[in-house]
Amino acid sequence: MTAALDIQVTSARRGPGSPSFLLDVGLTVPPGFTILFGPSGAGKSTLLDCIAGLLRPDDGRIALGSEALFDSKQRIFVEPQHRRVAYVFQSLALFPHLTVEQNVTYGLPGLSAAEQQSRALEILEGFHVAGLASRKPAEISGGEKQRVALARSLVTNPRVLLLDEPLTGLDAGLKSAILDDLRTWNAARSIPILYVTHSRDEVDALSERVVAMDQGKIVTEGVSHLVLDAPRRRRLAVAAGFENLLAGSVVDLREADGVMRVRLKQVELEVPLGHALPGDQVRVAIRAGDILVAAERPHGLSARNVLEGRITSLDERGPFLLLRIDCGDLFQAQVTRGAARALGLALGASVWIVVKTYSCHLVQG
Amino acid sequence: MESMWLSLRLAACVAGLLLLIGLPLAYWLAFSNWRWKFFLEAVVALPLVLPPTVLGFYALLALGPRGPLGALWNALFGHSLAFTFTGLILASLLYSLPFGVQPLIASFESIDPKLLAASAVLGAGKWRTFIRVILPLSLPGVLTAVVLSFAHTLGEFGVVLMVGGNLSGITRTVSIEIYDRVQSLEYGAANELAFTLLIVSFAVLAVVYGVNRRVRRQVWMPWIAQ
Repeated sequence: MTAALDIQVTSARRGPGSPSFLLDVGLTVPPGFTILFGPSGAGKSTLLDCIAGLLRPDDGRIALGSEALFDSKQRIFVEPQHRRVAYVFQSLALFPHLTVEQNVTYGLPGLSAAEQQSRALEILEGFHVAGLASRKPAEISGGEKQRVALARSLVTNPRVLLLDEPLTGLDAGLKSAILDDLRTWNAARSIPILYVTHSRDEVDALSERVVAMDQGKIVTEGVSHLVLDAPRRRRLAVAAGFENLLAGSVVDLREADGVMRVRLKQVELEVPLGHALPGDQVRVAIRAGDILVAAERPHGLSARNVLEGRITSLDERGPFLLLRIDCGDLFQAQVTRGAARALGLALGASVWIVVKTYSCHLVQG
Repeated sequence: MESMWLSLRLAACVAGLLLLIGLPLAYWLAFSNWRWKFFLEAVVALPLVLPPTVLGFYALLALGPRGPLGALWNALFGHSLAFTFTGLILASLLYSLPFGVQPLIASFESIDPKLLAASAVLGAGKWRTFIRVILPLSLPGVLTAVVLSFAHTLGEFGVVLMVGGNLSGITRTVSIEIYDRVQSLEYGAANELAFTLLIVSFAVLAVVYGVNRRVRRQVWMPWIAQ
């Protein structure tokens, strides 16, 4: 009954102020959640604008099931107001001069006033904000605004839902409560939902199918931890929270062991075998949380990369400490405060770091 | 005081008509992507810099019996437009055009484009978006446009003199009469009219600024502050 969204578009963005990349995307969004992840400026919002009809791509086709919303060959371009594609913007864009209820009924013209009101109250109840119906957007909190914006989009019974970082700035508990309401809503309808975020934490919290985008292109798609734990591009690795990005050159390949050695500026690392030849320049991405720190030289470990270094800085980072450790090359490692106390970690202290081969990820560009 | 009523009537007619013309014109100037748009923008701003006598001179030529508009009017109604109240309204529309249009353009352009996009994806066409979103959010600009064109027309002198002449009860506006009185050294009468005009103009502007301040606080500020 519900249709998947098929997108196949290319577009060159021109003019001052807009990035000059080519949007070149082929993607199918099945019913249910799909997360669109990527660094700022990757073209995520541009893609959503194309799906909603706010932007016209240069070329390609966007279809909902068998119905074309845009087709450059057949010269089809359905105006946004006729697409029934709901879109919640990052800024939410609630109408400031209308009450919450009037905002929600805005998308329901042609119904009787009583019908509009009962539908609005029903959906506001679904998002736990029915008590705010007569307030103006300026009079409600950020989290309430986000719920109202969702309710306003969903009351129209859309065929697709586009969410452009609609929950930024909310604490984790509130975020997951709103997402649960959204899942409940979609359980009965099962429309494609495309959820844009550049926050790694949100991806982890949603744990849904992820499509990663960078510089206007789809880079990878799949289950969230597979896509984001092994990013293949540098910008994506940064966005996915890999603190260590180290440039080096391949020394040798040990294909029988499935590994190769990479020489950084001073030290060598053993990393998983990649598409590279000796002498090739590569980048190695390592999460700060994947690096173990020891106060003495560890022995009897399975990990292949054990390096000695000195702590050059300690920064607080929530419940953790972020250490910069100079081993010839600079590494960033993350430890809990308790661990730091137990090991007596301090500025200038001599330590050992341990990195498992498979905590090292090769990234491009 | 007959001239004062005439001026008020003229100003009210011009302000009302200019709003009807200004809304679509400003909408188009604010949202069109036409590459030669700047040309029309310059035309709209022209009355700001032209001396009223230049404007009045060409308006007189156009409205007179041999002018295009005057000739047409003559064919329809048997008299030309020069030295009539209607002619005065037409010339004043031109003279006050920037005051009736530019505040509207500024208001329309200051609306968050995301609100217009939100309206579209919620199924509203251009007309509904205009009536339900653009116009309500532009009320301070609409008020400013109406009042500025009203006040500007009220104090008009050069164009009236060129196009309307000085016919009592038809085209003798208050500023013309003040000039007449001063010419004939009737300073007392001139002062009476001039002072009334001063008070009326001040009161009108004070209302605009007062209302704008209140509206902005209620509708605009909380939203901008986010």
